[in-house]
Amino acid sequence: MADPMRIRAQVAGDKATVRVLMAHEMESGQRKDAAGKLVPAWHIAEVTATHNGKPVLTAEWGPAVSKNPFLQFVVKGAKAGDKIAVTWKDNKGDTRTDEATAS
Amino acid sequence: MRTTSIISIVAIGCLAATAAVAQKSAVQSIEDYRAMLADGNPSELFEAKGEDLWKQKRGPRNASLEACDLGKGPGVYKGAFVELPRYFADTGRVQDLESRLLTCMQNLQGFNADEIAKTAFGRGEQVNVTALATWLSAESKGMKFNLSQAHPQEKIAYEVGKRLFFQRGGPHDFSCASCHGQDNTRIRLQDLPNLTKNPGDGIGFAAWPAYRVSNGQMWGMQQRLNDCYRQQRFPYPGFGSDVTIAMGVYLGVNSAGSKSIAPALKR
Repeated sequence: MADPMRIRAQVAGDKATVRVLMAHEMESGQRKDAAGKLVPAWHIAEVTATHNGKPVLTAEWGPAVSKNPFLQFVVKGAKAGDKIAVTWKDNKGDTRTDEATAS
Repeated sequence: MRTTSIISIVAIGCLAATAAVAQKSAVQSIEDYRAMLADGNPSELFEAKGEDLWKQKRGPRNASLEACDLGKGPGVYKGAFVELPRYFADTGRVQDLESRLLTCMQNLQGFNADEIAKTAFGRGEQVNVTALATWLSAESKGMKFNLSQAHPQEKIAYEVGKRLFFQRGGPHDFSCASCHGQDNTRIRLQDLPNLTKNPGDGIGFAAWPAYRVSNGQMWGMQQRLNDCYRQQRFPYPGFGSDVTIAMGVYLGVNSAGSKSIAPALKR
């Protein structure tokens, strides 16, 4: 089971800045282990964010994204108390969703 | 003739100024890079994991760590980090945060502390020890180091740590003091703190556990010290051994009054 994300959503004016930290190995598939065998790729492939259930962001990610990635984006029209949920899905089919309340 | 020399002097002056600006901006850009990353310090992920592990019922005895005594009484964790390492009467030895966590994991949860100490960093239960240490250090963020030197064992540990700090050995005839014994030194762009005296808020002992951006790993003080010995080409000290704890006492007492910024972010 994947470790939880940290999501912060801060409202300023009619926008909310969302900062997300995801816990993931993000193995690129280019590295070799001690035995010289290729370490299979294992990374987040898809990220989606919703604002009160309505999708506001979808992204396709690849092996170039760092380990434990940080994502920041701005949601227009978000108010304090709104729910911001982020979901990632990795190339092994594992997925995790976390939700935060904008403040 | 005179004009030429004036021109060349002006030209040299310009060159020197350009070099100074370039050097300043390199250091400055590293600072900017760190500030940028600090906004999303991944150590927060380990903090969240550590807090969870503290409350979670685990181990052969299916117990939580909530009754763990970190020196301020069972279950008291706020401010415990900045007073460690200290002497513990129940184990009869000076212990730092990570070795004390092993004691609690053994006594409360039934884990085998020796087994965990022998596990490589970043594997098995060691990952959980680091996460716990990260969270517990975060619970003392911004507090000032205040290590006790009241017990004779604590005084001995300080003196032992001091000797170890200056002990030269290994194929390079190195000691900790070779790199950390003077002011204003650096390796490439890494500033080296002078650890023979108080290096100030959030430097040296006051900056670990920390997340290392370059390798994406969370390191506790035990791993930091282990790596210092690796760089000196010494044999690896044991996890939570008397050597690393004595070193922690020396560094911690020297940092008295400095604020802890742990969990920090490193290159």
